[in-house]
Amino acid sequence: MPKDDKVAAADVSLRGVTKVFPGGRDRPPVHALGPIDLDLHKAEFFAVVGPSGCGKSTLLELIAGLSVATQGVVEFEGRPIHGEVPQGVGVVFQEDACLPWLDVADNIAFSLRHADLSSAQKAERVQRALAMMGLADFATSYPAQLSGGMRQRVCIARTLVMEPRLILLDEPFGALDQQTRLLMGDELLRLWRQSGATVFLITHALDEAAMLADRIGVMSARPGRLIDLVETGWPRDRDSRIVENAAFGAVTARLWKSLREESLKTMGKAAT
Amino acid sequence: MKRLTLYRVAVVAIVIAILEWLCLHGTIDRITMPPPHRIVLDLYKLLASGSLNKAIAKTLGNASIAFTLALIVGVISSAVLHGHRAVRDTLDPLFATYYAIPIFAFYPLLIYLFGLGDGPQIMIGFMLAVVAVIVNTLNGLDRVPVVLLKTARIHRLTRFEIARTITLPYAMPYVLTGVKLAVAYSLIGVIGSEFIMSRGGMGYEISFAYTSFDNATMYPLIVLTLLAAILVNGLLTRWEKVLLQRRGLR
Repeated sequence: MPKDDKVAAADVSLRGVTKVFPGGRDRPPVHALGPIDLDLHKAEFFAVVGPSGCGKSTLLELIAGLSVATQGVVEFEGRPIHGEVPQGVGVVFQEDACLPWLDVADNIAFSLRHADLSSAQKAERVQRALAMMGLADFATSYPAQLSGGMRQRVCIARTLVMEPRLILLDEPFGALDQQTRLLMGDELLRLWRQSGATVFLITHALDEAAMLADRIGVMSARPGRLIDLVETGWPRDRDSRIVENAAFGAVTARLWKSLREESLKTMGKAAT
Repeated sequence: MKRLTLYRVAVVAIVIAILEWLCLHGTIDRITMPPPHRIVLDLYKLLASGSLNKAIAKTLGNASIAFTLALIVGVISSAVLHGHRAVRDTLDPLFATYYAIPIFAFYPLLIYLFGLGDGPQIMIGFMLAVVAVIVNTLNGLDRVPVVLLKTARIHRLTRFEIARTITLPYAMPYVLTGVKLAVAYSLIGVIGSEFIMSRGGMGYEISFAYTSFDNATMYPLIVLTLLAAILVNGLLTRWEKVLLQRRGLR
């Protein structure tokens, strides 16, 4: 993570992106996503909310290069992504992705295996990441000795130490309690400001999206399409106290208004 | 001493005490089996005299070679098989029924292929041990969480790097289970084949003592085999415990 100078941020564009999972012998193909058109601006914090099973994670995997679009084009910094993870992309998953046989420091250093840095520079980056994530006292602890929140911080540190220009987060706080989520949200906002990276966050929590993001994309029930784009208008220098702002309620209400009918569709009920 | 260890020692002590009592009171006659204290004394004498050192070294050396080969071939084969579903599916029935195959029946064929030296015995030890390593390693590789494989892709690792830095380290506790079995199988394979036909080694000495009613040699050698297996197994178990503790699994 750079101290002063900002890294060049990402520019992601999706044009007509569709994902259809092929069917099996007794299963029809599943149209999971799209078509989706979307631009992520450099250094913006973009969140996506949507009903369960609408293809949020599929969308993230397409942007990450972990999956290939059936139709359409995904571009990162003007270059198409086609099932290969581009350099400069970091992903934090919802599930615990710590390597259980490595201690915290080695887990973080894992991301620097191929970095063109000296050992001293790598060690310095790891120390900085440990300090930034409040893990300095746990450098030699193993993931099994940490709480769920701390393990997720290790995963975030492992992503940030790569200095990615695009950070993709797939419900990273999904397993955490509400207080920890708020504090982790503050931490994420601070890191986003410091790094200057573009952040793409998948979440099912409307208040989390409303608190963290500059813009929020609302997805429909499957096949997931963007049905609303909400600009929060928050200042860049914000934290979780934004929830006290009167406009916060209005943003959350608008998200719910867009999402309610879609959520009911997912549950197989008609809107009333 | 932990309670579990205490129980294990107690069970062994009780069995030895019962055997000792049965032997001393003539329920088991001395031609069939000497009392355990006598076996220990005979073992000490054998080791002190050095008369069987060559046989012991040959057997343990060959078993080590068989085990090492099984470990290397087993782990590499598992990593390759795990990436080739069709080959794996083809071989799965063989792995499932492998231990029903009387490997020792291939001894003449192996002698034909490898000659009358140590080769056939090492091969039998290897053939018995390798599948235990493969089956257990594959079991571990199957359990690698998808999120770790995605993490590997995010880090743009090659297939070799994924195996070396993600999947095999994750599978290590399962590999160790296979390794523990492989230690026992490689010993059984080498000693068993020496027992059938050989010009040296612990198996040959046990066989010779068996046919000549030499209990003062046969039982100490059996106990020595047992002690060697227990020692290696104990060390591996300690290592396994450390690995599992680090992962919060014990």
